[in-house]
Amino acid sequence: MPLERFTEGDVVRVREDYPIGHFRTPVYIRGKTGVVTRRFGAFGNPETLAFNLPGEKKHVYEVRFRQSDIWPDYKGSARDSVHIDLQDNWLEQP
Amino acid sequence: MRGPNDVGGLEAGPVDPSTHELAFWEKQIDGLRGVIGAKRIVISHENRRTIEQLGHDVYERLSYYERWTASLQRQMVDKGILTQDEIDARVAQVRARLAATGELELSHEEEAKCR
Amino acid sequence: MSQHHHDHDHHHDHEHAHDHAHGHEHSPTQPDDKVHSYYQILGVALKELLIEKGVVTADEVRAAIEARDMITPAHGAKVVARAWVDPAFRERLMSNANVAVAELGFPMNTTELVALENTDDVHNVVVCTLCSCYPRELLGLPPSWYKSRDYRARIVREPREVLAEFGTSVSDSMELRVHDSTADLRYLVVPQRPTGAESLSEDELAALVTRDAMIGVATVRV
Repeated sequence: MPLERFTEGDVVRVREDYPIGHFRTPVYIRGKTGVVTRRFGAFGNPETLAFNLPGEKKHVYEVRFRQSDIWPDYKGSARDSVHIDLQDNWLEQP
Repeated sequence: MRGPNDVGGLEAGPVDPSTHELAFWEKQIDGLRGVIGAKRIVISHENRRTIEQLGHDVYERLSYYERWTASLQRQMVDKGILTQDEIDARVAQVRARLAATGELELSHEEEAKCR
Repeated sequence: MSQHHHDHDHHHDHEHAHDHAHGHEHSPTQPDDKVHSYYQILGVALKELLIEKGVVTADEVRAAIEARDMITPAHGAKVVARAWVDPAFRERLMSNANVAVAELGFPMNTTELVALENTDDVHNVVVCTLCSCYPRELLGLPPSWYKSRDYRARIVREPREVLAEFGTSVSDSMELRVHDSTADLRYLVVPQRPTGAESLSEDELAALVTRDAMIGVATVRV
């Protein structure tokens, strides 16, 4: 079982990488900085399961991003947010 | 860079909130896909990946269950469960059968895909 | 924040078996329906070949369609109404939703459910920008707009405009929280209990809860 590197309240940055394959980290959130709001435990890794390979389980976190941090021209309330489930291997310390 | 499915944040039009019942054939594909998933012949992660690998052009032109059908074909050939030859032969057979019963009503564009 | 923190050994095949029956299972098309698409023909061909090879049986496919057809948003509505009237259930739903919905006879197949409670302060709305992840066990098959490019593209960037297109307005003093469900989690919005519904029974409350309210593009009104 891999180490759970992050916990609630940690500030994390999503890797800004564009590898070829099957990834569950949407492009719009890559390179953005947010805060871990929940830990979901470890799940089979879609990046390998998509190719019918088992691979190592990955921890999944809910990460909260402010809309204005994702879209500089965001027009809604300054409080608005996007919460996304992201895998440990896509997160780094900013 | 961006897969055909990865559309979050892109320019798009108004959302059409109307709902419609699935067509019979769409339910058939959904059911077939459900059984193949439950038997773990093709798990959903693989299904998503083969849908993405249809490429931008095909992904954008096909409807939701057309994508599922196209990817099911790909998966069955990739896994050696069916061959392309037998699929092609069966498509021709089904098409002839439906034409004979008057159930077939293909546009020219759809007609061309059958060849 | 609650956390259920354990190893998930289950498999994540959420599309599982469910969908429609309609009583006619033999013909590839409805009697009153023509075949208009190459992919319809391909679908029939694939199904026939897979049955002939014993990969699937006709009964399995039929059962899958029937099972899926049994699931309607009424399941989710029962969960919401129970959470409104039973504080202990609400607590379980918020802390371990899989256990709570299984109590009502709606087990999640392989994914993990998270209940998102709307409050005076926060309005939640759910999307899957990458495909069509959806709590099918509670709401049935997703509506076409949920799977559409327009919804998936815009709800994460201009959610207030999209909600307005559904006739829903969220006060600027509230946080509008969009949940993009990307893989193993499924989300159910627990809407706010409407005012003026104090005297209603649990069943009457459930009847007010719509699919759209449980996705978060609508609110519940009496």
